[in-house]
Amino acid sequence: MNAEIKELTWQGLWKNNAALVQLLGLCPLLAVTASVINGLGLGLATTLVLLGSNCTVSAVRHFVPKDIRIPVFVMVIAAFVTIVQLLMNAFTFSLYQALGIFIPLIVTNCAIIGRAEAYASKNPVKLAAVDGLMMGAGFTLVLVLLGAMRELLGNGTLLNGAHLLLGDWAKVLKVTVFETDSPFLLAILPPGAFIGMGLIIALKNVLDKRIENLFEQPEAVQEIQRARVTAANMTD
Amino acid sequence: MSLFMTSSPHQHVKRSTATIMRLVMLCTVPGIAAQTYFFGWGTLIHVAIACTVAVVTEACILELRKRNIELAIKDSSALLTALLLAISIPPFAPWWVTVIGSFFAIAFVKQLYGGLGFNLFNPAMAAYVALLVSFPVQMTAWTPPAQLAEQNQSMMDIISIIFTQFSEEGFSVTQMRAGIDGFTMATPLDEVKTALNHNQTLTEAFSAAQFTSINGFNPWTWVSLSYLLGGLVLLQQRVISWHIPLSMLGGLVVIASVFYLVDADHFASPVFHLVSGSMIMGAFFIATDPVTAATSNKGRIIFGASIGLWVYIIRNWGGYPDAIAFAVVIMNMAVPVIDYYTKPKAYGHDKQRTHSLNNQNGGAE
Repeated sequence: MNAEIKELTWQGLWKNNAALVQLLGLCPLLAVTASVINGLGLGLATTLVLLGSNCTVSAVRHFVPKDIRIPVFVMVIAAFVTIVQLLMNAFTFSLYQALGIFIPLIVTNCAIIGRAEAYASKNPVKLAAVDGLMMGAGFTLVLVLLGAMRELLGNGTLLNGAHLLLGDWAKVLKVTVFETDSPFLLAILPPGAFIGMGLIIALKNVLDKRIENLFEQPEAVQEIQRARVTAANMTD
Repeated sequence: MSLFMTSSPHQHVKRSTATIMRLVMLCTVPGIAAQTYFFGWGTLIHVAIACTVAVVTEACILELRKRNIELAIKDSSALLTALLLAISIPPFAPWWVTVIGSFFAIAFVKQLYGGLGFNLFNPAMAAYVALLVSFPVQMTAWTPPAQLAEQNQSMMDIISIIFTQFSEEGFSVTQMRAGIDGFTMATPLDEVKTALNHNQTLTEAFSAAQFTSINGFNPWTWVSLSYLLGGLVLLQQRVISWHIPLSMLGGLVVIASVFYLVDADHFASPVFHLVSGSMIMGAFFIATDPVTAATSNKGRIIFGASIGLWVYIIRNWGGYPDAIAFAVVIMNMAVPVIDYYTKPKAYGHDKQRTHSLNNQNGGAE
């Protein structure tokens, strides 16, 4: 059991990361990550939905006929999205407004239905919950990282607007790295999201390669003897 | 008489990439000289900054990619990119605009795609678009011609403006941009666009101060004509073929004439469109980039004419006053499709036959 949980954690956070490897849920990922807090907000919302839907789908997996499983999954996910949407509307209203259409659009996030279909519908509740949590955490991490990159490049700040998510005390969390009168709009606009995402994926691939090389045993170089047949030899 | 038998290729081009790049750079000299004469030292300083950053960036990225640095630097392609970008940047723009633009052009648009020959987009223009989208205020801060400016613009003043945004005597960019009447001046294209948006007619727009002529022409026209001179030399030297520049200018003239004939009060004349902004420079120096333009002659004509069309569309109905960069970048995206449909037929294959062959294949499927 523990080995399975460990494997799920590793898969969700790194090896099979929803955003970096499966490239699922790119629409909200690219659209809302103009700042850390927006990214974190959407990431947490997605994680909550993923956790809830994975548990429910796993719990009802023996009662759902195979032919109509997809509509059922979508209904379950939509229910959880509605719950999260109403909660955000009630408790983090400004963030709810900032994220706008992308909260209801979590329903269409392929990462969620993908996990329901590929994992939760075949495994017990506990494992499905861990899987949902880890997939969500991996997705959130990428959202926060991309948000941080874009906010830093664009505005020179980090965690600007933290109070929208965490309450008024969080205003002190704002870090101003540099002051600028002319924000680097490219980073904040959609192209920045695409370029930033590409860079993060490239970074992950480079790290993977480095790690692979690190653990790879240096093979003994085999001496290959070849008979060289060239004109010069022929005349000898 | 002795006859030599040689195998193909029979055409021997002696010019290397480096020679071509340097020739192109040399041909921009009249244009840059005119720009410097009318708009001050800023252009030259930006050229220097851009070239330095471009070469350093190119070297760093090639080092990361473990490629031959010397070979790539020596072909001067990075220098040309930097040069074309720098002459598009307003002379009073702060130094970091050029630094970011140059870095973006080389690192992102050129090297990330695989270096010279693999880039999809024209590096200078893609970087210009990135800058224009990111820093609209700095990138549109064109100045009145130095001859009309109220403030003294010595070289030290300009250097001070570029690095601190204030001149030696403490005038801000806005003050430096003020013309003789104390009005901040934009480019003619910008002025026309603003006037039309305010429901003025073109005649009213053309009465503005920046249409004052110096030595018989508007300074912007002088700059365009100087680039035309350089461009003609490029043509004569056969560095570029006539297809792209001519079709690009032609495309613009045709559509501009149609609208001008319909409503001369709201659509500027084709001549105005031709000599305003960076149209001439774009037609000869930007769109003719051999890497990102279409490759067949037919394709080049389609490519050029479409750019001309896009320029007119964006100038009239888009959000920005000038559009060369946008038009070139948009058509860069279309180049693979253009190349696909304008593939020249191979020698020995007549069109009909390949066509019928295709049909047979289609039938078999």
